[in-house]
Amino acid sequence: MKAEAKLGFVLLLTPLLLWLVLLIFIPHIDMFLVSLRERVGVGKYETSLANYLTFFREPLYLWTFLRTAVMSTVATAITLLIAFPVSYYIAKIAKGRMQSALFLLCLIPFYVSELVRTFGWMILLRETGLVSNLLQWSGLVDQPVEMLYNDAAIMVGLVYTSMLFMVVPLVTTLESLDDSVIEAGYDLGGNAFSVMREIVIPHAAPGIVSGCIVVFMLSLGNYLTPTMLGGKDSLWFTQLIYSQFIVRFNWELGAAFGFMLLFLSSVIVWGMLRLTGQTLEKTMG
Amino acid sequence: MTPDLECVDLIRRFGETTAVDNVSFEVPAGSFFSILGPSGCGKTTIMRMIAGFLDPTSGDIRIKGKSMAGVAPNKRPVNMVFQHLALFPMMNIADNIGYGLRRKGMARAEIARKVDEALERIGLPGIGKRKVDELSGGQKQRVAIARCMVMEPDVLLLDEPLGALDLKLREHMKIELKALQAAFDTTFVYITHDQSEALVMSDQIAVMNKGVFEQVGTARELYYRPESAFVAGFVGDSNRWRGRIERIEGGEMEMRTESGLSMRGALHGRQLSAGDTADIFVRPEAIRVARSETELASFDNRISGTVSSLLFNGAASRVLVQGGDGGEQIEVTLPQSGEYATLSKGDPVHIGWSGEQGNCFPAGAA
Amino acid sequence: MIPTIPQPRAARIAYGAYVALFFVYLALPLTVVGVFAFNNGQFPSLPWEGFTWNWFFGDERPMIGVFHERSILRAMGTSVFVAFCVALLSVAVGLSNAFLFNRYQFRGKSLLYVVMLLPLVIPGIVLGISILVFSSTVANAAWDAAKVDIQALRPGLPLVILGQFSFIATIATLVISARLQKFDRSLEEAALNLGAGKLTAVRTITIPFLAPALIGAMVVAFLMSFENFNTTLMLVGSDAPLTIAMFDRLKEGSTPLLNAVSLLLMLGSSLLALVMILFQRRR
Repeated sequence: MKAEAKLGFVLLLTPLLLWLVLLIFIPHIDMFLVSLRERVGVGKYETSLANYLTFFREPLYLWTFLRTAVMSTVATAITLLIAFPVSYYIAKIAKGRMQSALFLLCLIPFYVSELVRTFGWMILLRETGLVSNLLQWSGLVDQPVEMLYNDAAIMVGLVYTSMLFMVVPLVTTLESLDDSVIEAGYDLGGNAFSVMREIVIPHAAPGIVSGCIVVFMLSLGNYLTPTMLGGKDSLWFTQLIYSQFIVRFNWELGAAFGFMLLFLSSVIVWGMLRLTGQTLEKTMG
Repeated sequence: MTPDLECVDLIRRFGETTAVDNVSFEVPAGSFFSILGPSGCGKTTIMRMIAGFLDPTSGDIRIKGKSMAGVAPNKRPVNMVFQHLALFPMMNIADNIGYGLRRKGMARAEIARKVDEALERIGLPGIGKRKVDELSGGQKQRVAIARCMVMEPDVLLLDEPLGALDLKLREHMKIELKALQAAFDTTFVYITHDQSEALVMSDQIAVMNKGVFEQVGTARELYYRPESAFVAGFVGDSNRWRGRIERIEGGEMEMRTESGLSMRGALHGRQLSAGDTADIFVRPEAIRVARSETELASFDNRISGTVSSLLFNGAASRVLVQGGDGGEQIEVTLPQSGEYATLSKGDPVHIGWSGEQGNCFPAGAA
Repeated sequence: MIPTIPQPRAARIAYGAYVALFFVYLALPLTVVGVFAFNNGQFPSLPWEGFTWNWFFGDERPMIGVFHERSILRAMGTSVFVAFCVALLSVAVGLSNAFLFNRYQFRGKSLLYVVMLLPLVIPGIVLGISILVFSSTVANAAWDAAKVDIQALRPGLPLVILGQFSFIATIATLVISARLQKFDRSLEEAALNLGAGKLTAVRTITIPFLAPALIGAMVVAFLMSFENFNTTLMLVGSDAPLTIAMFDRLKEGSTPLLNAVSLLLMLGSSLLALVMILFQRRR
């Protein structure tokens, strides 16, 4: 490299390294170190695995952890099931102006804060809410029904809030599938089911994986939706982290929890990538 | 014998426009049939109707005598080689070729055997495990054909499959396609806008323009005896002049072009009479060049002039000749036997052709 | 399946109905939020008490409208400030990263690229606490060493900005890189050939080419920052941005005031999104 090019290279590399090292790398290492500390007296610490032991010994913590993982997985699956036909419709059936209009319509709700979206569901689902009133009016129930503060409400909120992150990658990959490839599938005797299974879904795999990764991640790390729709005791793992950090001021245990969450999400992301033979660059980049 | 493919009074409209206007034709079993026409002439529409991706507005398509009305594309005994081949990028070569057989519910071992056989046949044994994008353009071409041929279709449709290849490969694939057709002994229906593809490979060619078939015939018939001005202009190169017919005598006529060139030609049975405005087409290779006028004594059209331009293009080299008494420039094929190697711009030459070789049509027909 | 494959009429209608239903589902919560902003009562729920503008313009109890509610207005201002800083910072770093990955070949490039993507797969709350932990480690060390209290490292707006920037920078990088990849480098060479210096070529040719992506990244970063909750929650100090302020109020029970704020947010972000789309279409 010439001197001038070298200077340019260093100038461009510096912000990137500052960002990744100071805001991502060192903080996570520091958090890990803090999670390994055990408070033995006022201002006195020892290095031990005590925080992790607490996590594994206390059934409530472990249960919340597993429950969050399972619920997030279910939310991801439901989002995929709902989003796929819609994405397919936008990508392959709608044409021209209709296509861009539908796609835009999908995006608009997500330019709005998650808080507003969740607030909307609260208005719909609570005891005095619209759904309850509608059910009473139609005679299906004879008194107000509370539909908030249960797992189904959390699920509704998570699915709604993640929808965009499934629809966009799906539409993008499905759009890149040439119509003539689908036609060739039919021409050679395929039917809707076999063309879907052997041609469309394998083609959309990168989009499905990247959508699932993002949705899973967002659900796992969500605090707002479970808290607002599921109530304070909805047993979401992020609530434990929040309460250790902000309420109980036990940062050591909170850091350990944070690390468990990071570990879980990394394992699942890595596993999904391995399972489908994708790479992070291809699915995210 | 029932023809493999029969189209009867086929009409297809898109809103106001009529893409295919009352087209009827038959393709006998085992033949290579091409539909040749400029883009937008409706040839793709016909092909997609045969494959079942479009319904005809009216008319019928019969395959081996059976009407295809209401038969879904996946139930038709035709297969199609798509313009950009549409090989399945998510599968390897063997899975691509075996795709249709799997749909038929054939046993695995049987499929594997048939796939190997097909690969053998297209001269690419042992590539079954490769990915689609590891193949060259010509190899993909052959795989796309094999993928259809394992289905043993009654008719194979080919939608300009050579369009994406470079020139050399295209020349090679023309010969290979013809050979494959003979080897598989299947009826091919081929659509293209490239006349040389159609001329080289086909038993029968339909020239299509603006939704109708202008002429159906063998390559020779189209080339030497076009039935319409469009065909004369579209197939092969021609000198084309417009003029007035001055005299008609038996099967012969004499006309004067707009710039004053007088020439004789044959009527070939076309409806023309003295005083009509007409277009005459004379192919550059039908015109002889000579150094002296005496060599041209046998031709009834003779012109003396000078070389105004040399268009060197190897075997297809031509000269533009400017007649001595003004008028249009005439494009003439230059024989490559050596005697004109030194010909250069400004040299005097004599040219002549037989009136038999010209084709004359009433003006305004195309 | 696709329009050229014949399908039974019933199947097509059922499919269309499903898609229509999906869009109803998408629109429902937002519509409800918007409509109840005009409810002339204390609760954003049935019964409908009649139409009023009071939740926007009202200035006496019990109906103080958005434009007279100090704390909400201040939170909005805080959010705009934070979002603007984050957007500026993210686009600047994103632009630099895009050039680095597009123009230079170096050892460890692909590894660095993967690392650059990581913030997208780290849960927001974890990003928040890790930065919180690290910054207070540094602050405590500074206090122990020199008895200086670095306020910027305690929970508050600087940390909120850094926390949001830590993952929004990745998104800005991706948006700008995508456009830079489409850039035909011979245009730059042509500029050099016509006598421009290297930096001038980039400034006069490449940057204008990137403008739509820069604006797009700016808007996306702004909106993402504005609506961010998880990371902000862990880093916030006394100046709460709007989402946090609204969340605190919502915990205490909701009034149509929150609907009115939400409606304004919706209008604002739709407008911003629309401007961005129009701008990009014009190019």
